[in-house]
This record gives sequence, C-alpha cells and structure tokens, in this order.
Amino acid sequence: MAAARQAKPLKQKLSRFVDHFRNDWQIYLMLLPTIIWMIVFLYKPMYGLQIAFKDYSIFRGVAASPWVGFEHFQTLFSNDQFLRAIKNTIIISALNLLFGFPAPIILALMFNEILHATYKRTAQTIVYLPHFISTVIIAGIVTTAFSPTAGVVNTMIGWFGLDSIYFLTKPEWFRPIFVSTGIWQEAGFGSIVFLAAIAGVNPSLYESAVVDGASRWQMMWRITIPSIMPTIIIMLIIRIGNIMEVSFELIILLYQPATWSTADVVNTFVYRQGLESGQYDVAAAAGLFNAVVAFVLVMTANTLSRRYSRTSLW
Amino acid sequence: MILNMNLYSKGDKVFAIATSILIGMFTVATLYPFIYIAAVSFSGGLAAAAGKVVFTPVDSTLAAYKYVLTQPKFWLSYLNTFVYTIGGTIMSLLIIIPGAYALSRPQLIGRRFWNLFVAFTLWFNAGLIPFFINMRDLGLLDSYIGIIVGFAVNAFNLILLRNFFESLPQSFEEAARMDGANDFQVLWKVYMPLSKPAIATITLFCIVARWNGFFWAMVLLQSEEKIPLQVFLRHTIAFLSDDQEFTATLSSQLYSVESVTAAIIVCSIIPVLIVYPFVQKYFEKGILLGGVKE
Repeated sequence: MAAARQAKPLKQKLSRFVDHFRNDWQIYLMLLPTIIWMIVFLYKPMYGLQIAFKDYSIFRGVAASPWVGFEHFQTLFSNDQFLRAIKNTIIISALNLLFGFPAPIILALMFNEILHATYKRTAQTIVYLPHFISTVIIAGIVTTAFSPTAGVVNTMIGWFGLDSIYFLTKPEWFRPIFVSTGIWQEAGFGSIVFLAAIAGVNPSLYESAVVDGASRWQMMWRITIPSIMPTIIIMLIIRIGNIMEVSFELIILLYQPATWSTADVVNTFVYRQGLESGQYDVAAAAGLFNAVVAFVLVMTANTLSRRYSRTSLW
Repeated sequence: MILNMNLYSKGDKVFAIATSILIGMFTVATLYPFIYIAAVSFSGGLAAAAGKVVFTPVDSTLAAYKYVLTQPKFWLSYLNTFVYTIGGTIMSLLIIIPGAYALSRPQLIGRRFWNLFVAFTLWFNAGLIPFFINMRDLGLLDSYIGIIVGFAVNAFNLILLRNFFESLPQSFEEAARMDGANDFQVLWKVYMPLSKPAIATITLFCIVARWNGFFWAMVLLQSEEKIPLQVFLRHTIAFLSDDQEFTATLSSQLYSVESVTAAIIVCSIIPVLIVYPFVQKYFEKGILLGGVKE
C-alpha cells in the first residue's frame, strides 16, 4: 500500500512530463537552433581557451597539444608590451569615462531646453547619425582630416601660422584624437537613454516649481538632474563594467608602431600576437586575462545595480 | 514639460537661446566631417592632396568617382556587402525569433538555466584567438557561410526580443489556443504581428551591424573576390599609396589617394543616409527596449 502510494505521484509526475512534451515539444524545437549555435560558436571557443595553458600547435590541435601550466602568463607578465597594453586600456577607458560619459547627459539636458520642435528634431537626427557609420569609414575620415599635407586640421592650423603636425604618428596626440572621435560618434546616440529618462519625470514637479517662480536653470539642477540620477548611476555602472572593452577595431585602424606606446590596448596586443604573428597560445592567454577581468567587473556592476535599483541589468 | 515661452523670464530666455546655440554648434561639428569628406571627393587630385579643401570642392571634378566606379573590385565588394547583410540578417531572424519565443514561455522546462546559458555569453567571451581557431577548425575561413552563420546570434538582441514577448498580454494567446493553435501558429499569427516594432528594431540592429562589419571579414576572408565594401575601403586606404599602378595613374593628377578614399566613403554612406530617416523611430524605441530594464 505504502509503496503504491509513493509510486502514484511518481507515475503522475512522469505522465505529466510526457504530456508536457506531447503538448509543448514545439518550443524545444524552436529553442534548438539558438542552443546549437551558441554551443558551436560561443561555448566551443571557451573550451578552446585551454590553449592558454598549452603549447598549442596547429597540427596537434587544441585537445592534443601538451599542457604547460601558467608559462604563457609568466611570459606575458614579464613582457613590457603586455603590461603597457593593460595600462593603456585603463587610461583610455578612464579618459572615455571622464569625457565620454558626461557628454550625452549634457547633450540630453540641452535638448530638453530647446523650444523649437523642428530645430530640436533636426539636430537630434543629425547627432544620432555617426553611430551608424562604420569604424572603417570613421578611421578613413580621421586619417584624411588629420593627414599632414592633405588634412583640413593642418590647413586650419596653418591659418594661424603654425607648423603642420603629423598627428597620427605622435603618441601624445593619439588618445585625444581617439577619445574625441568616440564622443563625436556616440554622444548623440547615447543621449537617447537620458532623454527618455527626462521624458519620464513627473510634470507636476515642474508645475509647482513654476508656481514658486523657479527659473529653467534652477529646475534643471533641482528637478531634472535629481530625477534622472538613477539612470545616470546605472549607465555609469554599466560603463565601469565595460572598462576592458575599448573599441579596439578603431585603434587597429588608427594606430601605427610610432603610437603603440599610448595606443596599444590588450585586444590590439592579442590581435598582433595571435592573428598577425601566429603566437596563438600566448595571445589566447592575454585574451583570457582580459575576459576574466571583464567578467569580474561586469558581475560586480550587475550586483551593484541590482542593489541600487532592485532590478538587474539582464 | 512646460514649453510656453510666455512663462519664461528674461534669464530663462537667455538660457534657452544659449542652449540652442550650443546644440547648433555641436550639430554642425557632427555634420562637418561628412561635408569635408564630400568636398574632398569632388575636388581635384592636386587640391585634395595639398589640403586646400575646407568646405566646398576645389577644382571640382568627378574624376575620383570615375576611378572608383570603374573598379570591378569596388562593385564586387558592394555586392558582397549586400549578400552578407541580407543573408546574415535573415539568418539572425530565423534563429533569434523562435529562440526568443521559446525562452519567453513559462512552461519551458529549465527556463532559468537556458536564460542563463544565453546571458552568460554577454558576460564572458572566449576572445579573438579561440574564436578564430574554432572558425578555422570548422572550415569556415574564407567562406560566405562562415560570415553569414558565424555571427548570426547576438545574446543582446535575443534577450531584447524575449523581454518584449514576455511583456505581451496573455489574452490574445489564450484566444488562439482555444482555436487549437500550436506554438508555431501562436508565434506566427499572434506574437509576430504584435511585435512588429521590436522585430523591426532587431532587424535594424542586425542590418547596421552587418553593413558596417569589417573586423572579422578582414581576419577571416582571404580571397579578394569575397571581401565586403568595408574591407575594400580599408585595403584602399592602407595600400593605395603603395600601389605602383595607382601612383602611376596619379601623374594625370585628376585624383589623389585622399579624393579616392573620400569617394569610396561617400559611396558607402549613401545607402545608410537613404534608409536612415525611415528607421529613426525604431532605433529610438529599440534602445529603450534593450536598455535599462525597470
């Protein structure tokens, strides 16, 4: 009796399971392509990350190459170029954060003050545009504009009687050019999130401020900015979480050996070591280091934002 | 927001005018590089190489365009970009839409696990080298299939669409179920029509990513006849000045490296400019769908 009583729920469970698959097998079929794709193109490379701890040879393949432990990491951390790449990644990200982060917020606040609807709309349409332009084109524009003889920047410098500068070969110019290119490309598009936050501010706050005789300037500081603070903080946390993700594609297109000292970041280092010089194992180790640091940062950012806003970012 | 000018004090008016001017300056600064590049592309080779172009074409000529548009490689790469963009976007949608639907189903067994399985790829990435080795091991170097399939799914888009599906009201679906609709029919007849804005947004993101994609195309494709426009442009910028044949033709001085580069840039931006005004409302919505989830 007791056994039968126990068996019954199990049987019920089993039949519910069978029923579930009879009714809902289609959703598993729908999920299948996503899962297979992710295993083949994203999870299998994670398995391939083991070459960071191996003496990888193309002929032996990932699995059969002999283990070497942390040898590649020791090599990396005694390599000045790699240490410089870490330093550059952090410096460029910090500059991006310092100048690139406030730019879309300021832009959104200014857009909010514009009264003429068509003017505002046109300006928005234009400043969003560079986001959709490819990295190669951006690099092409920068290379042309900053060229020593043909570039308009040097032409303008010439108007003031100054000598032309070959900007893209000067290490001290690389970061300013890179960071301002980033602002030019992304500040407008980045303002969308903040404009949406501003649109969500309770209008009655402004109405009572008007009654109290507050100026627009005061309203911006006392109402708008405090109201969008949660969005600002969450966006800041996301940015900090992505510190290791410098847009290296643009760097690859803009840098040259003369500017490596300030321009070379971890991912461009990985690209050169691995894909250009064929040192796959050392490059994979450098990439793994980058990915682990990025993972820790993103996880910390997610936890922080969850604590701050009681919602996770994903 | 109160936007009645009559309520504005004198100080407010000054503030409004000042911000309008600042925005105007930023807008002009955003637009200027495009104007400059267009001006260079229509300028004579000598003037472009000597840095005489600032706002308007100098010694205006179509020589650079004639050079670019008579290059068979230019047209081939343009065609390739269309193949990668259309093929890649269709591939993405075919995988992402059903996947997002499945992940949004409450009855999916292991739903938490599968969602984590997807989200983990946002947080941790194996990096360039293992991805490259994997593509090589799969035999997908220098292949159209490799580019189209290898970059089809993006966890961000998948999660964006899943969130949208989850936000849809249950009542429509229940009605369809009553009529005996299965999951494919519910997705096709109920979810897809209700999700047009979200699907349009994802389609747009896919198209933009594909149209602009260059890094992996540069790394994975070796054959000249398979490269997309962006890689062709990169080759032009990087190698034109070293190209003997090209520098030989420069003696006519109708065009220069700068004006040819600028002409290719203009040719590759034009499709973006044509489509851009029509899609603006979608990306404005889309960024909010995918942005901070409240």
